Amino acid sequence: MKKVIMGNHSLSYGAMLSRAQVIAAYPITPQTQVVELLSEMCANKTLDAKFIKVESEHSAMAASLGASLTGARTFTATSSQGLALMHELLHWASGGRLPVVMGEINRAMAPGWSIWTDQNDSLSQRDTGWIQFYCSSNQEVLDTVIQAFKVSEKLLIPSMVILDAFALSHTYEIVEIPEQKDVDAYLPPFNPPHRLSPSDPHAFFGLTGPEHYFELRYKLQKDMEKAPALIEETGREFERNFGRYLGLVDEYLCDDAEFLFITSGTAGYTARVAVDDLRREGVKAGNLRMKVFRPFPFDKVRGIVQKAKKVAVVDRNLSYGHHGIFYQEVKSALYGRDGMPPVFGYVTGLGGRDITPGDFKEIYRLASSKNTPDEEIGWIGVKR
Amino acid sequence: MTKKKETKKIVFQSESEMPVTAMSLGSMLYNKTGAWRNIRPEVDRAKCIQCGICWKFCPDVSIDIVDNWPVVDLDFCKGCGICAEECPTKCIVMVKEEK
Repeated sequence: MKKVIMGNHSLSYGAMLSRAQVIAAYPITPQTQVVELLSEMCANKTLDAKFIKVESEHSAMAASLGASLTGARTFTATSSQGLALMHELLHWASGGRLPVVMGEINRAMAPGWSIWTDQNDSLSQRDTGWIQFYCSSNQEVLDTVIQAFKVSEKLLIPSMVILDAFALSHTYEIVEIPEQKDVDAYLPPFNPPHRLSPSDPHAFFGLTGPEHYFELRYKLQKDMEKAPALIEETGREFERNFGRYLGLVDEYLCDDAEFLFITSGTAGYTARVAVDDLRREGVKAGNLRMKVFRPFPFDKVRGIVQKAKKVAVVDRNLSYGHHGIFYQEVKSALYGRDGMPPVFGYVTGLGGRDITPGDFKEIYRLASSKNTPDEEIGWIGVKR
Repeated sequence: MTKKKETKKIVFQSESEMPVTAMSLGSMLYNKTGAWRNIRPEVDRAKCIQCGICWKFCPDVSIDIVDNWPVVDLDFCKGCGICAEECPTKCIVMVKEEK
């Protein structure tokens, strides 16, 4: 069935179709509507889940962890300051190996207060041990929630399904809502190998000395390293069942691209328009949209980048005192490898300023005028 | 009710033997924390009515019931005094630790 829905409700439908059993969330713009619809679904029994009202995002994640530990499939959602308040518990989720799935609507961090999009909120949580999916359409949001539960529950690693504030969260698009029976066939019930249960009591998360802690984190990394192959496998299975592939990256005219944009989020779709325009002007442009940021898909990115002559990474985020964060990560993935093209970094769209096809063409012009990258950040659209 | 008094330290030789998360590693069996205490509960059995309220309230599960009498596990009791506060007959008195 096709419906015209906003990105926030794509998350809600994704959680509903995944048969989430516990939802604990605290409202924050622009995420609020995700939770509103889920609470309605719980109230009218469209969704057989326990909706836990809490007093903060810290508590929302804490309640989610408790629920997940009992073996319940658990969903939550937040944005910006709310995600920052959850920070401590994000480590508990990954370290506790609790496969919570969270919708995260990218919203710029205050001050000044913003409700508009950029990626500094989710990228500030880069090292918490969560899988991060960056989505570019409402369809992709819904589909990725279902896939994320499958990947997370297999690896026992939590996932964030991330989308842009307003550009997706409040934008209505046509979304194919899968049939419940088809989702049930794709996503079996959650059956964790360990759970909090009176019939098999265990002490969880107790004092862990230097003789054991290191190995537990080694195991987390080793399982994280299994994620790229599992995401591709479950993405192909999703395509067989639903007709839409969900991969690590989204390639647009990358095969013969000499000039390659690397993008994420909705800017990754805007870039396609610029690629088409540039192609009409005779420039062999292409766009590599990063869907999965953690774990970083090293092989995939290297394989695509090495075919290009020049690369421009476009960041809607900034590590102050360094560079755009995707730029850092892409450079790090290529470092020391022979035959890699020069990579240039551009920062744009902070705090929800629009990123237009014209911005991508300006990036192409700027990058064309240089042969070697320097320390200077390429600022696009800042008034100076 | 009595607690298991296993105090052998569990040390895994390889990550492959370990659970996926910090689960039942048994660390609190050998990491004795009673030394944090500066006052300890003493039970006057003449006044104790064996109601078990101290056992229920102890936040660190440091009171065992042995032959119906409360017995404080001083390896873990931190001397918070909740048992003494809650005891309906005031048979538990907190005594200063002096060495």
